[in-house]
Order: sequence, then structure tokens, then C-alpha cells
Amino acid sequence: MSKQAGTRSKVSFGVYMKKYWQLYAMLALPLIYLLVFKYAPMIYVQIAFKKYSLVESVWKLPIAANHGWEYFIKAFQNNDFKYALRNTLTLNLLDLIFGFPAPIIFALILNELCFQRYKKVVQTIAYMPHFLSWVIIYSLALQLLAPNDGLVNMVIAKLGGTAIPFLNDEAHWIGSYIGFGIWQNFGWGSIVYLASIAGINPELYEAAAVDGAGRFRKMWHITLPGIKPTIVVLLIMSLGNILGGGFDRPFAFQNNLVMKVADVIATYVYRVGIKGLQFSLTTAVGLFQSVVGVFFLLMANFISRRLGERGIW
Amino acid sequence: MKVKSRADKAWDMVFVIFCFIVSLMCIIPMLNLLAKSLSGTDFLVRNEVYLLPKGLNFKAYSTVLKDPKYIRAFVWTVFLTIVCTIASLTMTTLCAYPLIFEHLKGRKAINVFITITMFFNAGTIPNYLLMQKLHLLSNPLVLIIPGVMSVYNMIIMRSFFYGIPDSLRESAEIDGASLFRILINIYLPLSKPVMATLALFYAVGRWNGYSDALMYMRNDKYYTLQLLLYNIINNINQVEVATQEGFSAPGLSASLKAAIVMFSTIPILCIYPFLQKYFIHGVTLGAVKE
Repeated sequence: MSKQAGTRSKVSFGVYMKKYWQLYAMLALPLIYLLVFKYAPMIYVQIAFKKYSLVESVWKLPIAANHGWEYFIKAFQNNDFKYALRNTLTLNLLDLIFGFPAPIIFALILNELCFQRYKKVVQTIAYMPHFLSWVIIYSLALQLLAPNDGLVNMVIAKLGGTAIPFLNDEAHWIGSYIGFGIWQNFGWGSIVYLASIAGINPELYEAAAVDGAGRFRKMWHITLPGIKPTIVVLLIMSLGNILGGGFDRPFAFQNNLVMKVADVIATYVYRVGIKGLQFSLTTAVGLFQSVVGVFFLLMANFISRRLGERGIW
Repeated sequence: MKVKSRADKAWDMVFVIFCFIVSLMCIIPMLNLLAKSLSGTDFLVRNEVYLLPKGLNFKAYSTVLKDPKYIRAFVWTVFLTIVCTIASLTMTTLCAYPLIFEHLKGRKAINVFITITMFFNAGTIPNYLLMQKLHLLSNPLVLIIPGVMSVYNMIIMRSFFYGIPDSLRESAEIDGASLFRILINIYLPLSKPVMATLALFYAVGRWNGYSDALMYMRNDKYYTLQLLLYNIINNINQVEVATQEGFSAPGLSASLKAAIVMFSTIPILCIYPFLQKYFIHGVTLGAVKE
């Protein structure tokens, strides 16, 4: 390797290009794609600080009031945005508390199954929800949880109970939302942990067995420490994403009765920005979300390194 | 192999039963849906359908198959998924392959350029304004181009390429093969597992995604299946044939909705189990750092 690196510096530009031009030609299309669809939109970020108008070019727009911060101030005076911000944090935090451990627990239990065929069937079934779209999952939720003709409430009615408004009452809605989040991800999320468990040195288990360690002691003292690096990396990413989150899931689950707890930043931006045409305000909101998101990610990474774990970079 | 104690065997049973219950919880919603789609109207109205169909009939399915809007969205989404998957795999390969060459000048800068896009996103509105500027709003291409490459998937592919021994490439280079030839003749034939995984990821992403169609597509000729589904579930759209033929009974509309959801799910449910051994490997490549 190093020998080649030594000869490389003597190679003239012409000879180098004769060999490598094809690689640059290949890279051209993807890099242009990133430039146009990931970098070019950043030009429009400036309208967060400017008074947007449809006719004027973005460069010529007048600066907004309060030295350009008008829309940020407006956002934080706006109750809908405050709800959206609160809900984004709450729902992500609940996902983290309940949704994050689920795949780990599932992987640990799968690892204890001794019938390999059975284990494979369970895995295939558990991966299934990941392949359903959120629209479909919501329609499944409706079929299951609707107050009159949902399966669960039909069973409750049959047993003599009163129907539970799973999707129409604020507290119940949060439970259903988090529950279906776990349902969608526990199997898929376990793949990484299973791979990580498979990488643990089997001699450790043998040694522990010789020392008389039982099933749960092995789990606690060998398996869990073995997958700890994976857990930490995924935890950092989740923490970094605490203010993020997709659009598809909350938007599919929302209904008018629960908007107060269901509206998150992504859906707020869609409703007020694209539907309501308040471009400057919602760009400001989006910028706030991006910047705070990057900050969270850096923080989480920094803390994990401080604690002696490897970070994500 | 040591003999298991009784407590150990009991725990084995507990785990087996636990996994059985978990599997049931994954399947029951689908079973319920299937039962509803196949049941007679009367039974549905009387809330008598649980996990098995009652008054078995295929009326809901035949009604859906006669609905021009639904068929149109289905065919369009199938076409879109195929085109997107091919385009995405091509772009991802073109990006991942050159980056494994250590002597490529500017490789570091290119890597930084790519990584930044993973951490900072301009946001919904700037993206929307860009689509407007590029005249892509309501243009069918808007459902293909903006999401054509995922940097995350590119990194998975690059990790896979790194796993292919350099010696294969170097001996081909000595034989005078061009770098493009090496990609076609050596790398691609060895990369079937990662290609299958990423094809699945891209195809599922396109099939299931609806937010781009919701935001950028005003022309309902090009609505994707999931967007149409969203509208039907939320009663924004009616199933045309059903309304034309005067079916407004709540029972039928329930079985119709169930049949539509079933239809929209089946293609992916038929494919993913066969790709299981591939995508498990792919997910691992993406998440576990070497």
C-alpha cells in the first residue's frame, strides 16, 4: 500500500487522469444531484429572515423586522407552534422511553429460543410491520380500535365493558400512537442487535457456564455488555433526533379531535406553510428545528465520547 | 451439551410462548382486515366479524377492481416503483464505487460534501420553493428525481464494496481493464446481496411514501396509491364505482376499504420474506461500524 502511495506522487496529472477520469465521470451525476436537491434549497433558507413575496427574487427581498428575527419571534408567540414543539418533544421522548428498549428486549428473547426454525418464522413475522406504510398502519389501527366496529372495542363490548376511544381522546391517542410505533419497529430494530449478539465471542459463554452462570447472568454479564456499543450508537442517533421526526407517521394518525396533542413541527410546517402559504414563518420554524437538531446530535456524540464510548464519528 | 435443568426448560417454554404471542399481535390486525374484506355486509353491520370472514364473498374485491381511479393509481405506482428503483440503484452505484478508490484525488472533500447533507436539511419549505422554481410541481418527475439517491443507502453499498478484496481489482487493473469495466465485470456480479437489499429499501420507500405526492402533486392523475388510500380512508375521495352504483351501505364501505388496503399491501408482503437473508445483512452493514 505505502509503496504505491509513494509512486503515486510521481505520476503526472495526465497519466493520473487517463486512468481515473472514469471515476469522476461516474461521480458527476450523483454530485450534481446532491448540489441541486440538497444544497440549492439552502438558498431559500434566507427567507426565514426576509419578507417573502411571490414575485420578487429571494436575493432582493427586504429584511424582516427586528433585524430579520421577526418570524422567529412570531413563531414563539404562536400557540399552535408552541403546541407543535411540545408535542414533537413529548412524542419523541415517549418513543425513546418505550420504543427504544423494545427491539433490544425482543432480540435478547429471540436469542434464547432454541428451536431455530421457529425462531426464523417469528423473525419473518416480526419484520412484516416495517414494510407497511403509515397510511396502511393507520387504517389497521382504525379497523382494530374504532369505537363502534373496531375489533378491540367489539371484544370489550362483548365482555360487557364500555368502548374506549383509543383514537379520539387525547391521552388514549398518545398511547395508540406510541403503541403502533413500537409495533412497527420492534422486529426491524432487533436485526442490528441480533447481528451484534452474533458477533460476541462464544468462548465467553462457555467460560461463564463453567463458572456456573445461569441463563440470566450470562445475558446480563456477557450479552448486554457485548451489544452495548451498538446500543450507545443507536441511542445517540435517537437523542440527536429528539426534535426531528418524520412527517408520514403523525400526519397519517392525526384527526381533528386530537390535534392539540398530535400536531408536530413537520405537520405544522405543512399545514401553515404549504397549505397556508406563510413561507417565511415556516422556513424560520424549519431552520430552528434543523439547527437545534444538529446541536443535539453534536451534544449527544460529545457526551458519549466523554463517557468513554465511541461516538458515531 | 449439558443437560438442562427443569427451571431452564420452563424458561424455554416462557420464551416460546412469548414469541408466539408477539407473532399473533403482528398478524391479528392483518387477519381482521382480511376477514372484513371478505365478509358479507350484514355481518359487518352487526359487528360480528372478528378474525374469520362470515358470509364469504369477493364482492368488495371485484368492486375495487372495477374502479378506474384505483386501478390507475395502482398501475402508476407499480410503474413508478420500478423506475425509481432502477434509477436509484444506478445513482447509488455511481456514487459508491468511485469512493472506494483510495488514490482518488479530492476523495476527502467529496466525502465531506456528501456527509453534510446527512446532518443538515434545508427544510420542507425551501425544498418546496425549489420544486416550484424547477417547475417540478405537479410534474410526474417530482415523484422520481428529488428522492433518487439516499446517502444512507449509498454508505451501505460503499461498505459492501469495501468488503470485496482489493486484490481482485488490482489484478484486473494490471490486466489493463478500465475502472468502469471493473465495476461491471467484477463488482456488480459480486454485489447481488447488497443490490437486492437496496432495491427492496428503495422500492418499499417509493411504494409506501406519500408525503412527496401530498406536497408536490396537485394533478390527481398522478396520485400514488398511498395518497389515494389516505384520501379514501379519510373520506376525502370516494370509491367511484361504489358511489355510481349506489352502494352507500356502511357495511359495504367497510369491506371496500378493507379490500383496498389489502390490495395495496399484498405486493410488498409477497416479496419481503424472500429477501430476508439479504436485507438482514444490509441493515447490519449500515449500522455497525467496522
